Amino acid sequence: MKRWKQSELVPVQVELNGVQRRGLCEPRVLLSDFLRDTLGATGTHVGCETGECGACTIRVDGVAQRSCLTLAVQADGRCIETVEGLAQADGSLCELQHALRERFALQCGFCIPGILMTCAEMLKRRPLPEDEQIPGLLAGHLCRCTGYTDLLAAVRHTVAEVRRREAAHPASAPSVGVHDA
Amino acid sequence: MSTTTTPTPKGPLGQPLVRREDRRFITGQGRYTDDIVLPGMTHAAIVRSPHAHARILSIDTTAARQAPGVIAIFTGQDVAADKVGGLPCGWLVKNKDGSNMVEPPHPILVADRARHVGDQVALVVAETRAQARAALSLIAVEYEPLPAVASLAAARAAGAAQVWDQAPGNVCYDWHLGDPTATEQALKAAHQIVEIDVYHNRLIPNAIEPRSAIGQYESGTDSYTLYTSSQNPHLIRLLLGAFVLGLPEHRLRVVAPDVGGGFGSKIFHYAEEALVVWAARKVGRPIKWTAERSESFMSDAHGRDVHMRARLGVDKDGRFLGLHVQSQANLGAYLSTFASSVPTYLSATLMAGCYTTPAIYVEVKSIFTHTVPVDAYRGAGRPEAAYLLERLVDKAANALGMDRLEIRRKNFITQFPYKTPVALEYDSGDYHATLDMALAAVDYAGFPARREASQARGKLRGIGFSTYVEACGIAPSAVAGALGARAGLYESATVRMHPTGSVTVFTGTHSHGQGHETTFAQLVAEQLGVPVDSVEVVHGDTARIPFGMGTYGSRSLAVGGSAIVKATDKIIAKGKKIAAHLLEAAEADIEFKNGAFTVVGTNRQKTIGEVAFTAYVPHNYPIDKVEPGLEESAFYDPKNFTFPAGCHAIEVEIDPETGVVTLENVVAADDVGTIINPLIVDGQMHGGLAQGIGQALFEEAQYDESGQLLTGSYLNYGMPRAADFPFFKVGNHVTACTHNPLGAKGVGEVGAIGVPPAVINAVLDALAPLGVRDISMPATPEKIWRAIQDAKAKAQH
Repeated sequence: MKRWKQSELVPVQVELNGVQRRGLCEPRVLLSDFLRDTLGATGTHVGCETGECGACTIRVDGVAQRSCLTLAVQADGRCIETVEGLAQADGSLCELQHALRERFALQCGFCIPGILMTCAEMLKRRPLPEDEQIPGLLAGHLCRCTGYTDLLAAVRHTVAEVRRREAAHPASAPSVGVHDA
Repeated sequence: MSTTTTPTPKGPLGQPLVRREDRRFITGQGRYTDDIVLPGMTHAAIVRSPHAHARILSIDTTAARQAPGVIAIFTGQDVAADKVGGLPCGWLVKNKDGSNMVEPPHPILVADRARHVGDQVALVVAETRAQARAALSLIAVEYEPLPAVASLAAARAAGAAQVWDQAPGNVCYDWHLGDPTATEQALKAAHQIVEIDVYHNRLIPNAIEPRSAIGQYESGTDSYTLYTSSQNPHLIRLLLGAFVLGLPEHRLRVVAPDVGGGFGSKIFHYAEEALVVWAARKVGRPIKWTAERSESFMSDAHGRDVHMRARLGVDKDGRFLGLHVQSQANLGAYLSTFASSVPTYLSATLMAGCYTTPAIYVEVKSIFTHTVPVDAYRGAGRPEAAYLLERLVDKAANALGMDRLEIRRKNFITQFPYKTPVALEYDSGDYHATLDMALAAVDYAGFPARREASQARGKLRGIGFSTYVEACGIAPSAVAGALGARAGLYESATVRMHPTGSVTVFTGTHSHGQGHETTFAQLVAEQLGVPVDSVEVVHGDTARIPFGMGTYGSRSLAVGGSAIVKATDKIIAKGKKIAAHLLEAAEADIEFKNGAFTVVGTNRQKTIGEVAFTAYVPHNYPIDKVEPGLEESAFYDPKNFTFPAGCHAIEVEIDPETGVVTLENVVAADDVGTIINPLIVDGQMHGGLAQGIGQALFEEAQYDESGQLLTGSYLNYGMPRAADFPFFKVGNHVTACTHNPLGAKGVGEVGAIGVPPAVINAVLDALAPLGVRDISMPATPEKIWRAIQDAKAKAQH
């Protein structure tokens, strides 16, 4: 494994929401700080820096991951998806965002970026999670505002919609997911 | 459960509109304080005391000053040398003898002594956040640890360490309310006295956005800006400007942008806000500080930590005759902004609950300890009153062999207005109606069968109730002032109609999750008859909004919304003059309805948009009668508190083998007054319930005897998670507030106030067959398991 000096500035290149981005950072810099401070992508939030609150969750090569528990240098060359990349290029909301909004799943909005990224990954899983599994899948996220009631309703609704569509059109199954509003 | 008992609305008022603020939050476009980057910005980190109580002998910053990126280091000596003021307390509470409470200094960096773990000792400013944090470990602080008191009991013990020399016995004040003589007589005459001893567990608010502040000084204009995660920017400007740094308000701007939850903890003026502004001028560059979560645990004001003992006198029919409450409240090491008012004016005043108890006497001793300051947290004082009363009422029913709902109904206040013996006058309510609603929603009739089914599976099932009342929108200002408040308690609004008919509303309240941008747009759209989408709501920036008091105590709609109504009324009044001129009619003949000014009895009309255009392009205009423009401001000072009330019903199942509680049914039937947006009201209920259940079952801040915080992270502080709750059933029965123009009461805190006693009453109902009579919050599986084992052991002897 390559070793760097503590004060050395290391180039890190990532594909962030489909765009190649490059920045310099010290080897100790967390991926969450690199995204927010170096690349200016402040949609990803930091709530605890110890992996317990889930607000900083992003997807690295498609896998939901805590960006506060990842060093920026570990992400070099990886494909990163954050909350800023969920909506379509024309600004239209993805199905999940739409459901959260319609069902009043958020209040202060701080924890939501991480929750969205965990849910985005959940919707790509096959088989899709059953209703009773969803609270457990979201148990890695802290929300202090909502009591999770409307959030769970919105996520369950979205999962059910995807399941219903796939049952109706099995051929299109691989293409449906977060982006099909 | 049906959502409301009011008819479906026609206009924007009462519609479940989706929130306009959500779009930016779900697309990552929110703008929280830590998202803001200013040119040349530096970063701060804070050295915090690892000791609960210690003398600071020396601070050696030599090595840290040479560390990479370090720009400056400040200590308490620098702050003292600059004659920086301490953080003030906003409410003066008097002792029983009329003397003032003890108000110790609250420096923004301590110079000679640290008084709690987390007390701020030094400030490091560096080029990057990482460099500032790295330099912390290079600062050598020599401490002489001193004996500490971390709990109420320790602080009150003989020979206890003193937090402040000027507060003997660690007493901040010894206050009382009510009639001691009448209460003692009522208790003497009682058929039976029911006693209770409860502890309101200490909680850590834990907004998911850590506190953050950026200070900026611009020498060209000699002006300061503070960006801060605050619930009330004008209050911070007043305290910071007038009391701490001595800065003129017209040169100090405070911006509270998107704020990620507050729950009370972001009301208060914190040292870090003053530090970044003060140091920004010294450094000549902007400074950002954002708390690490561990700092949040040891520097955000905590909540509750009150011990109460009470005696309730009842007659043989179950009527309450007299109540004597003695309470001790832990205030921590310093007086936080509103700390002194919470156990007194926000708690003791609610001791009548929704009952006709004729004689009440409350004594409150507030105590300093070597812990983080304690202040208002969602509910603030009112959960303590509700918990005490609702536990006591269940206990009284048991003692008399009465049904616990019957004893409540027998004592309910039914005539309004009702003057309590503890200084409040309830204007409206229907406590029977919300109780009935909750019973239906929880299917009380079906409970015995469900209990049997649980028994058959070896489980214990219980149901618990609380019928509570609370007080929101502290007011009027003159009354609060007479009781010691050092701030006004009105709210402000400016409504600006633009020439082409759209509207910007500037409110003094602040939204940090409550959805004011949507609710207030609905309100103004209703008032002015314009589309909701053409109303923009601005809050959180002292350079844009009128002087307002911010958001806390469930006040925003009842007080802030009323100010908006007053301002729109002025817009309409002025519009009538303009329309009368345009329509060549007498002003008295103009009526305003659905966005148009009409000559009564005719179809001649001008829309409010046309009137606004005329006001800004005043060519054909009654210029001798009215000024051009269509913008009005209003300040609304409420005539009274508002009194939301309701019934919460909780059904639990307990596994006697593990002590684990499963929430089977969570029902809240509340009267929060007029509802503008039912989605937002339901959401506020859900959040309040979650925090209330958190207090009852999961959460407790714990210190060890030496004052070390044992629950300093999410690993050991029990934050509720998604799998912990069932679906909440919430509903409303509206009785309108009689003294504000909206009939609004407030919804932000009712969940956190009403639900903890319902949960504990349900747990005790489940455990009753085993002989368990008491359990303290949080009722963790371990506590319940031990209670079951103790009861079993007792039964065997």
